[in-house]
Amino acid sequence: MKKQQPPIIHRKDLTFWQRLYIFEIVKGLRVTIGQMFRPKFTRQYPEERWNPPAAFRGRPVLVEDQGVERCVACGLCSRVCPALAIEVQASESPYWKERYPVKFEINMLRCIFCGFCEEVCPEEAIIMSKEFELTFLSQEEGIFGMDKLLKPAGELKDRLEYLRNNR
Amino acid sequence: MDLLIDLVKIVTVMGLLVGVVAYTVLLERRVAAAIQNRIGPNRVGWQGLLQPLADVLKLVMKEDIVPTNANRFIHDLAPIISISIAMTTISVIPFGDTIELFGRTIRLQIADVNIGILYILAMTSLGVYGVTLSGWSSNSKYSLIGGLRSSAQMLSYEISMGLAVIGVIMIAGSLRLDRIVALQGDWRWNVILQPFGFITFTVAAFAETNRHPFDLPEAEPELVGGYHTEYSGLKFGLFFLAEYANMVVASALITTLFLGGWQIPYAAEMGLSGNLLSVLQVAAFCAKVVFLILFFIMVRWTLPRFRYDQLMNLGWKFMLPMAVVNVIVTGLVILFLEG
Repeated sequence: MKKQQPPIIHRKDLTFWQRLYIFEIVKGLRVTIGQMFRPKFTRQYPEERWNPPAAFRGRPVLVEDQGVERCVACGLCSRVCPALAIEVQASESPYWKERYPVKFEINMLRCIFCGFCEEVCPEEAIIMSKEFELTFLSQEEGIFGMDKLLKPAGELKDRLEYLRNNR
Repeated sequence: MDLLIDLVKIVTVMGLLVGVVAYTVLLERRVAAAIQNRIGPNRVGWQGLLQPLADVLKLVMKEDIVPTNANRFIHDLAPIISISIAMTTISVIPFGDTIELFGRTIRLQIADVNIGILYILAMTSLGVYGVTLSGWSSNSKYSLIGGLRSSAQMLSYEISMGLAVIGVIMIAGSLRLDRIVALQGDWRWNVILQPFGFITFTVAAFAETNRHPFDLPEAEPELVGGYHTEYSGLKFGLFFLAEYANMVVASALITTLFLGGWQIPYAAEMGLSGNLLSVLQVAAFCAKVVFLILFFIMVRWTLPRFRYDQLMNLGWKFMLPMAVVNVIVTGLVILFLEG
């Protein structure tokens, strides 16, 4: 069977007025002048901040309920982390949750913001926050311990709600 | 005393030119940003008005690098040629009529040369040397190609530029720029009498100044930076300044030759006279120049770049015949009107 050839599309020749080019320049100028009065896309960053939507994956944080972290130190996040950024050390606790993390560290130099830790967490204890401004002056500062990771659940309402509705 | 007046005029005009050039750069950046729905530089000073100063400071602080095997002497000479030629051209352009100060009549023009237009054409032709020499002396393929392209382009368009001016000279019967301006009072602007000459001259001016639709000498995607690829620091700054100075001078020249120079239509009927009129005329000249500079900038952010063969086709097969026909028709009309 002979293969059907696609139809050949001939480009239309330019008309006399188009070939003169001058009127086309005027048309082009009309477009650019029109653009000048459109609203600007630029955000004046340090003064004007962006509030990301709930779906935004910022730096991972540990959720804190009534002063105690939800984490039970199961180590799943550490296990799933593709960048090997999370280190958890578990210990027994006298409280109701029996296990708690003695040490929980995320190396933010390694973190790739994939959100696997959040996805795998059975306790909804580690979630992605809206924070995206991460600066440190040395590599050691880039390793975030419990002091920097803990965040009260009240501040993370948006994300928790989003996870409940979309998971 | 005359020497002092001349010195004052020179210093004022040159200083103003440098200032205008610096702020043209800022204007270009702001207009470009506006066209692309951005804001542009607005941090240094109110609305970015000190940005040119910051830019110059940055250029002065930068290291001056000369590539190995570059011809050092010519490498240093080329930007100097470019900038001095761009600056000297402004000296014959009349930016106003006469002004009465302390009982003296001062002509608002640095040098009243009786071969005004020829002087300008000669000087702008010399501008090719700066570009070509910089391209050759840098010992880099991009610079060389940029320099060659620009010399070919400038030579081709100079012919149509000269021929476009001939129509104006025929009408005025003089090469003096102040005479050409004086004849353009009351809407007898050359842009109305010589529309084809105006179009040819403007397009040629775009090509001469290496501005956008014809900026092949520095076509970024092909040639990195063109003829000034290997320049840095203040020497690059001089090229940058020369490019914008050329644009300002070209705008002033188009104003003088075609847009009536410092003439204000119906100024005599409005009962203005004396020094007030002179000041207003200078203001009118500046306004026309600024309008043309804006036009140059707008065109840059509107049109795509020409291909090299398209550029040569336009120059030799379209602009040149149009300029020649314009000269012939102008001659015939003048002949019939007078004879």
